[in-house]
Amino acid sequence: MTDGLVPSGDSGDRCAPLALVAGHGSFAQGLVSAVHQITGRGEAFVAVSNSGQSADDIAVAIGAALDAHALCVVFTDLPAGSCTMAVRRLQRTHPHVVLATGANVSLLLEFLFTVPSVDGAARGCAPANAGAIVRAAVERARGTLTVHGG
Amino acid sequence: MSVLLYRIDDRLIHGQVVVGWGQSLNAQFIVLVDDDVAESDWEQELYRMGVPPDMHVYFHTVDEMTEQLARYQADARRGLLLVGTIDTMSRLVAVTDGVREINLGGVHHAVGRVQRRQYVFLTPDEAAALQALQQQGVRVSAQDVPTTRAVPLDELLTSRPTS
Repeated sequence: MTDGLVPSGDSGDRCAPLALVAGHGSFAQGLVSAVHQITGRGEAFVAVSNSGQSADDIAVAIGAALDAHALCVVFTDLPAGSCTMAVRRLQRTHPHVVLATGANVSLLLEFLFTVPSVDGAARGCAPANAGAIVRAAVERARGTLTVHGG
Repeated sequence: MSVLLYRIDDRLIHGQVVVGWGQSLNAQFIVLVDDDVAESDWEQELYRMGVPPDMHVYFHTVDEMTEQLARYQADARRGLLLVGTIDTMSRLVAVTDGVREINLGGVHHAVGRVQRRQYVFLTPDEAAALQALQQQGVRVSAQDVPTTRAVPLDELLTSRPTS
């Protein structure tokens, strides 16, 4: 979680991180910032950037973040991006990890509100249902890509 | 010559290569030269999965390129060649005839390396290896994406490291 994205005061229902967001430049931090502005629940996502890192460093950073927060869901930007490649390799030793590429704000929101909730706050995304949750979120998020005019 | 870029990039196939350079050069194929990847079906599947369906990826060991480089250079399609390390590129130049220009695209931080650009960190041995390539008549420059300036090796090694 990037400093400054989450207000220091009481922001209502706080939850442990549910998923990792990783990508180029400030992509992940930007998405998480947007989710926080919209829902106040940016803390549901851990952001990782690949900027200035080797493939090995990216893999280490992602693996450490997944382990530190006991996460099993990762969202990345490009299908061929280095974060995607790192997670695909990591899946060899962490087969329970679910990866979705092409992430956008809508997808993160759909995911956030698909995770089983207790009293309105997301409480977890277990490996047993992570795949189904992510697939459902992806299907709903597809519909948010629209074109107007032209 | 239809191999338009000879790139050293420790991430091999990734966003900058597929989207940044691939779109800019209108590349239709990638030749990935890496002894380990060439021996691993799993790694090859991973890299193939990441590129658009109309972009072909070919995997070779360095030694195989002795026979193969001329064929790719004569290919009617537009392509780019990738290696992961300076050592691999040095070996490639040694066993082939036809690499005239090298793009240093991503050599990231590791113990013993000095930062030269945000995306280039070199050990003294790596810097010397690049200078040796240049002395063999191969132009070496650093450039991460097509829209930035190609920094000649001499400038890269003499200017103050930048962030």
